[in-house]
Amino acid sequence: MDEKQRNEAYNKYVTAKIPKTRAWPSLFNSFWVGGVICCLGQGINDLILLAFPNMAEQSAWAYTLIALIFIASFLTGIGVYDKIGKFAGGGSIVPITGFSNSVTSPAIEFKHEGIIYGICVKMFTIAGPVIVAGVVSSIVVGIIYLFV
Amino acid sequence: MASRRTIVFENKPVITGSYSIVGPKEGKGNFASYFDYIMNDDSFGEKTYEKAEKKMLEHAINGAVADAKIQPEEVSLLLSGDLLNQIISSSYAARNFDVGFLGLFGACSTMAEGLAIGSAMVDSGYFDHVVCATGSHFSTAERQFRFPLELGNQRPPTSQWTVTGAGACVLSKQGSGPRVAMATFGKVIDYAVVDVNDMGAAMAPAAMDTMLTHFRETNSSPDDYDLIVTGDLGKLGSEILIDLMEMSGIKLGLNYNDCGQMYFTRNQNTLSGGSGCGCSATVLNSYIISKLRKGELQRVLFMPTGALMSTTASQQGETIPGVCHAIVLESDVKPKGGGVQSQDIKKTTSASKGGSKIQKRKGG
Repeated sequence: MDEKQRNEAYNKYVTAKIPKTRAWPSLFNSFWVGGVICCLGQGINDLILLAFPNMAEQSAWAYTLIALIFIASFLTGIGVYDKIGKFAGGGSIVPITGFSNSVTSPAIEFKHEGIIYGICVKMFTIAGPVIVAGVVSSIVVGIIYLFV
Repeated sequence: MASRRTIVFENKPVITGSYSIVGPKEGKGNFASYFDYIMNDDSFGEKTYEKAEKKMLEHAINGAVADAKIQPEEVSLLLSGDLLNQIISSSYAARNFDVGFLGLFGACSTMAEGLAIGSAMVDSGYFDHVVCATGSHFSTAERQFRFPLELGNQRPPTSQWTVTGAGACVLSKQGSGPRVAMATFGKVIDYAVVDVNDMGAAMAPAAMDTMLTHFRETNSSPDDYDLIVTGDLGKLGSEILIDLMEMSGIKLGLNYNDCGQMYFTRNQNTLSGGSGCGCSATVLNSYIISKLRKGELQRVLFMPTGALMSTTASQQGETIPGVCHAIVLESDVKPKGGGVQSQDIKKTTSASKGGSKIQKRKGG
């Protein structure tokens, strides 16, 4: 048996040996936590519109997002959001709160390397790819929109 | 045929002093009562975790020297390594000691690497006292190899928990204490595992290679040891090693275990177990050495494993190479009649084997 075959056989054996994550309990937790975060967002939105009846709906959305981002960032700072994330997985990563967490957590982590080389440079190490993907896809959509 | 990789020490250097320091989580684990010092807070009064790791190492080195009842000036050489880039914890800790320094990198196998080199130095008569040390910190390792601490992500079931802790021991030409009898240097082995969250699987083949080499070159078998202990293969990795050894024709029995697997209690949520330089170093310098000193263990095969990867290499698609060094430790206390664990284990295993045979016969 040559090395390549040996490695393939070994990796196949390891993959079979790895304990599997139980999908249904994880999915259940993800969906209910994700759902609660969305309900929270809707609640904030309704409250803003209730408090300021003359506000345009789109402005209310913006304020809602700001509020959610602040809450998640605050919870990250006091060390709670990672516990939610550990429990809920995708449920707390997919909403905008997860994005906020992914920017705040490296900022906290690297604050000892200074404001510029620590916080500013490292802040987008995790969220960076998401921003790039967002910008690139908006360019693509924009070009399509130009011709359609 | 490759040349020999095992040293049989003629004078058998003595481990005259040992010291272990661990973080609060480790202090609630299975070896809690054996550690010399448990920190209340994993920052150890420092501003950053890197500084805390350095301070832990200094603390462990000082502790080991004090335990050996020698003056710091009597130490000739410090052998130390850690997981951080440019092994900063070790080299920065070495600033405070007036001794020669050799920085080592063997990832989580550093403790054995240090012991093997140190023993060779002492055995050959060049030095009277050599200190071997290593340590790791959960928070510094996470930052360097994985994600920020506060990121809300989930860990896969194969992932391991880097132990916050440091261990050090003093090797001396003379004195009383456990003796280093042999050392087998490991080869770098790569079975093309790429999953950085599955270190156990990446390192198990290296452990197998070193173990087979050691048994072959020393004409020994697992039964010659009271305890065969790997460093941080974890639950999955140690299972794999047992399988790999069985495929090679050697059965690992009740006397085999893994430091990473034993380290934490079940409800501490460490998934596959502990890892890091500190994992095997703190177990060796607390549990294993104290058992050897009392004579409750007579011969121990200590084999920490290391995954020699970097995030850069992994991101460039490289596979994870592993290495494992083996050290044979012998107690200098003769077993007392009756109360010796090793003989008891052998007796019980042979008795249970006999028992199962009888049952089989009855069943047949």
